[in-house]
Amino acid sequence: MSKVHVTTRVNGDPVEFLCTPEQTLVDVLRDTLDRTGTKEGCSTGDCGACSVLLNGRLVCACLVLAVESEGAEVTTIEGIATEEGLHPIQEKFLEHAALQCGICTPGFIVATKALLDKHPEPDEETIRYWLAGNLCRCTGYDKIIRAVQDAATTLAHEA
Amino acid sequence: MAEATEFKAIGTRPVRPDGVDKVTGRAQFGADLNLPNMLYGKVLRSPHAHARIRRIDLDAARAMPGVHAVVSGADFPGAQHGEIGGEGGGDVADVAKNVMARDKVLYHGHPLAAVAATSQAIAEAALAAIEVEYEVLTPVLDLEAAMAPDAVLVNENCFTKNLPEPAEKPSNIASVMTLARGNVDEGFELADVIVEGEYRIPMAHQGYIEPHACTATVNESGQATVWTCTQGHFALRTQTANILDMSVADLKFIASEIGGGFGGKTVVYLEPVAVMLSTQARRPVKMVMSREEVFRASGPAAGSCAKIRVGAKKDGTITAATAWLAYEAGAFEGAPMGPGAMCVFAPYDLENFRVEGFDVLVNKPKVAAYRAPGAPQSMHAMESALDDLARELNMDPIDLRLKNAVAEGSQAAYGPKFPAIGFRECLEAAKAHPNYQKPVPEGAGRGVAAGFWFNAGMESSAEVHINEDGTVQIIEGSPDIGGSRASMALMAAETLGVPYEKIRVLVGDTEASGFNNVTGGSRTTFATGMAVIQACEDIIAQCKDRAAKTWGVDADQVEWEDGQAIPAPGVNAELKPLTLAEIMKTAARTGGPILGRAALNARGPGAGFSVNFGDLKVDRETGKVDVLSFTAIQDAGKAIHPAYVEGQMQGGAVQGLGWALNEEYIFDGNGVLENPGFLDYRIPVASDMPMIDTQIIEVPNPSHPFGVRGVGETPIVAPLAVAANAVRDAIGRRVHDLPLSPPNVLAAIEEG
Ligand code: FES
Ligand code: FES
Repeated sequence: MSKVHVTTRVNGDPVEFLCTPEQTLVDVLRDTLDRTGTKEGCSTGDCGACSVLLNGRLVCACLVLAVESEGAEVTTIEGIATEEGLHPIQEKFLEHAALQCGICTPGFIVATKALLDKHPEPDEETIRYWLAGNLCRCTGYDKIIRAVQDAATTLAHEA
Repeated sequence: MAEATEFKAIGTRPVRPDGVDKVTGRAQFGADLNLPNMLYGKVLRSPHAHARIRRIDLDAARAMPGVHAVVSGADFPGAQHGEIGGEGGGDVADVAKNVMARDKVLYHGHPLAAVAATSQAIAEAALAAIEVEYEVLTPVLDLEAAMAPDAVLVNENCFTKNLPEPAEKPSNIASVMTLARGNVDEGFELADVIVEGEYRIPMAHQGYIEPHACTATVNESGQATVWTCTQGHFALRTQTANILDMSVADLKFIASEIGGGFGGKTVVYLEPVAVMLSTQARRPVKMVMSREEVFRASGPAAGSCAKIRVGAKKDGTITAATAWLAYEAGAFEGAPMGPGAMCVFAPYDLENFRVEGFDVLVNKPKVAAYRAPGAPQSMHAMESALDDLARELNMDPIDLRLKNAVAEGSQAAYGPKFPAIGFRECLEAAKAHPNYQKPVPEGAGRGVAAGFWFNAGMESSAEVHINEDGTVQIIEGSPDIGGSRASMALMAAETLGVPYEKIRVLVGDTEASGFNNVTGGSRTTFATGMAVIQACEDIIAQCKDRAAKTWGVDADQVEWEDGQAIPAPGVNAELKPLTLAEIMKTAARTGGPILGRAALNARGPGAGFSVNFGDLKVDRETGKVDVLSFTAIQDAGKAIHPAYVEGQMQGGAVQGLGWALNEEYIFDGNGVLENPGFLDYRIPVASDMPMIDTQIIEVPNPSHPFGVRGVGETPIVAPLAVAANAVRDAIGRRVHDLPLSPPNVLAAIEEG
């Protein structure tokens, strides 16, 4: 099958790749571009481990075709920390022990970024519904929710 | 020792050593390794739950361009019977057949061939080109059918073990057991009240978010390296060596970071296949299960049927109890009947009881350990029965349990006398808890239940190296599944008296670390922690020796305090303390590098008890159950890193609630799993759950230097009955079977 040439940006860097038309974005990120920080737990849009931002919008990279990233800006977990260091969301996940195994963590952090970009002061219910597409089997969510609440407070103070 | 000690590092909540890599995407999990020249391996799985394989034709697949290896059962050595090694254990020959079927396929999804090709698409096409001829057999799909005298046999060579007389004909009952004390008939005669019930729980899955994945590469001399996500790379190495009839020395296993396991990643599925494919192809082979494969063909928790009968006097004293426990093992023997039977009455001091257990074959995937394997199923039944009993006696459910609770010195139902344990402390804490004092919200019900798990010890090894600047490197071999590097570093910091920040922890591969049994049985912080502590004590002894040499005194004239060697009282007071860094500066002259080590089989893991309660609301129109609040109280012995202890309690609570409320394997009449994905096998999501309140009780384990008890498994046990008892309270009727899904609860409401 002939491959398609795609030009996109990943975490600000210009990137070009060849993919088959049916290849998903998560496959290309992980296997072609070696950005393995984005995880794959189900490939059917049910676990959120593959959460990335496509032009700032939260998507499951397993449900996006790689060709759809043509001309877009893709933000992955590898693009969340800044030159100054960890993003406050990342710091709060660490401080609150909001990860046990850590496989869901990249997805949760990207999804939290999308949430706080849109709702800087979410209440608990909003957080729980926003993150309902991200499965965590280890933590029972308690510490994740607290980390997100704390990150929201910190970011609000910084702003 | 533990009671009086004031700790400096232990009990604090520092950021875990591997944390930054896990929040930035750097940490490498099972599927994250790609090697040059790598092939993709895929498995052909049975479309039937029970069938004889008449013929497999691999030629067309082999001939396809891009296909470099094709294997089926005939390519694997005929594995001998024997203990496979690892948690749950099992028989080598069984696990070998589970990894790759030989003459029969025993469940839908059972592997029977595998290919390695240059792309996933080619691998899939090659699978499609394999021709198989089956003789389809009737599947055995539930406990009743399997245990019936004229049942179709899953395995024609299975004769029931542990019968008083050797079995004469084959059966689906692989083994039986009994556990008894006193005289139950007399006990029931003394009872004022007797309750009984029959409880069924379908198979459920651990639901780790990371699918099984591995990459194997075998060189021309037969040396294999396997990168895999596992709870125990040493155990998987042993299993692979046994199945492939290889020398352990030819297998190097590297544990990647692991994305959850809960018991399900203690046994091989892909690894021996990847090694076989790589041997044939002479190229690296990567294999990753799809989510559907994980559900269909890894090891779920056993389905069960439990019949319980409990009698008590008016004051709540239990006079007799019986339990009949049957577990679905799946296609091969090895359901957790033993631990289930040993746990069912463990929290209670009973004079008369009898437990019967049955390990039953059915044409479903071979079960694996799932967090306190066997206990949630049996204790759900007992804790539900106790709730009924408390109602009959008009007693507070906590008081009823207090009346019968085991304490230090009680003879456990499963044998030994308990040393110091914290069950009563948990019960009393629950009773006094502000959440328990609050009234039950309108429309909701409250449930209370206890949980128990033995915890495990087993083999661990650790080395501690002091770097030339006095910083510390720990090398151990227990995969870190939930923050164990942090607990190792904290225990080393406490023992050595050096700051946590100066300590690094490596989970070494099978060539870099001494043997460590699996991260399972809630053993890692206890047993591997003990090895780390002993290795640090070894370091201290050596450092004292080095200081003595430096000072020209005897080693017994040196003491160790706050991370430095100091002269003992009365010894020349002019001597200035020597820090680790200072000792290392002159180490070349005093004897060379400093390396401490310990290898042990840890004894006395210290039983873990919990008491949980929660308020659950039932929608009477739809049968949907919502968790309004949940409180988990558990004895941790000593919480090394309290945040990760709470995390175990919260995570276990939510897993248990998921199992109670929603999760179940649904099979059609042909034994095909109908919900092999997270959409239909619905695990709890953030919006389903409230915050989970925790209270850690600390009754030190006398067998551990810091008093540690395992904490990982007990948390999943009580929530099943908490949910069942709360629903009973809310709707006024007991729903005996799980899950308490809307249709089941609605049916109960409508009947009532
Ligand atoms: S891998 Fe994309 S949602 Fe699960
Ligand atoms: S931390 Fe393991 S799945 Fe979330």
